[in-house]
Amino acid sequence: MSPPLIAYANVSKTFDGTRVIAVDDVSLDVAEGEFVAIVGGSGSGKTTLLRLANRLIEADAGSITIEGDDVRSVDPILLRRRIGYVFQSGGLFPHLTVAGNIGITPKLLGTAPAEISARVDELLDLVRLDRAPYRDRLPHELSGGQRQRVGVARALAARPRIVLMDEPFGALDPLTRDALGDDFRELHGKLGLTTVMITHDMTEAILLADRIAVMRGGKLLAQGTPAELSESGDAYVGELLRTPRRQAERLGALLPREGAA
Amino acid sequence: MSIFADPRWAEALGHLPDYLGSHVRVSVAALALGLLLSLPLAIISRRQPVLRGALLGLASIVQTVPGLALLALFYPLLLALAALSLSWFGFGFSAFGFLPAVLALALYSMLPVLRNTITGLQGVDAAILEAAQGVGMTPRQSLFTVELPLALPVMMAGIRTAAVWVIGTATLSTPIGQTSLGNYIFAGLQTQNWVFVLFGCLAAAVLALAVDQLLALIESGLRNRSRLRAALGGVGIAALVVATLVPTMMRAQTNYVVGAKTFTEQYVLSALMAQRLKAAGLSATTREGLGSNVIFEALASNDIDVYIDYSGTLWANQFHRTDIKPRQELLAELRTMLARQNITLSGELGFENAYALVMPRRRAEQLGIRTIADLASRAANMSIAGDYEFFSRPEWAALRRAYGLSFRGQRQMQPDFMYAAVASGEIDVIAGYTSDGLIAKYDLVALGDPRHAIPPYDAIVLLAPKRANDEALRKALAPLLGKIDIATMREANLRAAGNDAASSPDAVAQWLWEKLGKK
Repeated sequence: MSPPLIAYANVSKTFDGTRVIAVDDVSLDVAEGEFVAIVGGSGSGKTTLLRLANRLIEADAGSITIEGDDVRSVDPILLRRRIGYVFQSGGLFPHLTVAGNIGITPKLLGTAPAEISARVDELLDLVRLDRAPYRDRLPHELSGGQRQRVGVARALAARPRIVLMDEPFGALDPLTRDALGDDFRELHGKLGLTTVMITHDMTEAILLADRIAVMRGGKLLAQGTPAELSESGDAYVGELLRTPRRQAERLGALLPREGAA
Repeated sequence: MSIFADPRWAEALGHLPDYLGSHVRVSVAALALGLLLSLPLAIISRRQPVLRGALLGLASIVQTVPGLALLALFYPLLLALAALSLSWFGFGFSAFGFLPAVLALALYSMLPVLRNTITGLQGVDAAILEAAQGVGMTPRQSLFTVELPLALPVMMAGIRTAAVWVIGTATLSTPIGQTSLGNYIFAGLQTQNWVFVLFGCLAAAVLALAVDQLLALIESGLRNRSRLRAALGGVGIAALVVATLVPTMMRAQTNYVVGAKTFTEQYVLSALMAQRLKAAGLSATTREGLGSNVIFEALASNDIDVYIDYSGTLWANQFHRTDIKPRQELLAELRTMLARQNITLSGELGFENAYALVMPRRRAEQLGIRTIADLASRAANMSIAGDYEFFSRPEWAALRRAYGLSFRGQRQMQPDFMYAAVASGEIDVIAGYTSDGLIAKYDLVALGDPRHAIPPYDAIVLLAPKRANDEALRKALAPLLGKIDIATMREANLRAAGNDAASSPDAVAQWLWEKLGKK
């Protein structure tokens, strides 16, 4: 088996002196090409865990390796430029156009303008936004779903092997969310990405991810495929899985099998 | 007749290129310096609460100092610095006019820029800052490509406030020797030329409004991310600056600068000297409204070339002498003392403008008061008014010592209003000037000084060190020496105190010259 692309080994992080333990002795490997979802409620430490990977936050204990390098031995700026990061509700720069936002990391890397321009068009195609009408728009002129598509395109601009996503689809309406999730999953496969996505929604995690890691109170409670998770004896994990199952059953009973309403 | 038919409007307009150009120049320099200081300070201090608090506190304190006082403070400060630099590094600089005005105004402009820049930078959404970090920006790249552009609209609002403040306050830089639109206001106030006062206020207000509106255009352009609007505003500002600066740049460099203090007689005499220099084919301008101490230092450091002072004033104020000598002896000694500072006492004009205690003739006669000694016994029930300097001058201390004077109350007043105040009985006694035409106009009388507490005040022509051997200058001014008697000067001053077109300093100086020619 090839070495994991992202490896957390006994990682801990406390804030505010030692009073708040955000991440507590977590070990997690993500293999190349894998799509892992980290599921947990607010305050579970899932966002902290994600940010430790590109050193937006520094770990207190344990080690994290990315593509075989210990992150502490890498310049954090260069590390971030080689990892795609999709922020909650886009995190787009409001004063830059769609093209300016998408091309920002290549620009920081010193890519030639013509090359960036071509890459922007390519990425707009990839995230299914029409080039001509969207290229020069400002973020406030876009819908929430369009903003998040731009956010994904920006994360992919410098051709990273790894993409980290922080509740990327959380603020979207269900239809947009579903479409965007499917589109991204397709991109993940097509581009051979390794993706770690944070979500509080177990249904979304089950539908998109290969493997799911469940966090609570800073601890990693369980990890595995949906099938493996359902074998877990942990009560909280069981509770998390029960909800989508119950919803699916009720939906199945309420909606007619075939045809549109 | 329309009020705009008054020829003083045309005269005011004639000064506009010079005053407006100087005003814009000092404002632009001050604002640029203010921005150069404030912006880096704001950026450095935005994440350091202690430094930020200290800076904003300091800037707020500066803001509470009245503009005029701030400007006045910079003059002695720079004077001391210039003296230090001369003794340490072998070169001095001019502490007069432009430099103190720019420094004081720059300091004045800092608060709104500091505050708005810090507020603007702190107002940038934390999520955006994190995104900047997340896409791989260095702190510097984040500052320049994300934080500053996003804070710019708020920063611009601060810059607008600063610009309006600076343009308004720059009118107060006239007394420290910087020509500005304030020249209209100060000259108008001194010579009761309300057309000038109004013109100066209007010009300053229009300039401030124009700059404010153009900056507003840039601000709204930045806020709405409209490059066109921002560019239009920028072009407008640039055009305004160029249009106001070009006439002053194009103007031939004038060689001679004639100084004038802050009262009517000085305006008339400086206008007269400037006219004589021009008649002799020398180029000359006047710098009016300078304080007594400012003007002497300005002459000593060659910032102005010539002005009229009064022997007793220099004796008591500049050389801190408390003894009183007869007129000629005092002049001779003064000449030697001035020569030690390389200043030339080129000669007397012929009249004295002494401080004198003045009261209505009828009242003086009723009370049997002829001299200050007679006044002393009644002073306890009387009030006195003097100009802004008088009560802090050594002459006042000498008077009180010599006669044991103690008044019920004392007030400071604009000199031109004192005479009317004493004539109307609102004030009992004023410290007036013997050459003032208003003494005759209001039927006032100057009380005698039998104990010689007040020194003689011969009007004397002083030349700057660099003009010591300037024959052309001496020749041009020679016809004035010894020619102006007290009656002529009083009449000239009375004319200048009028409120019509014939009362402008230039017109009165012209009249005075013609009158001298007839004698």
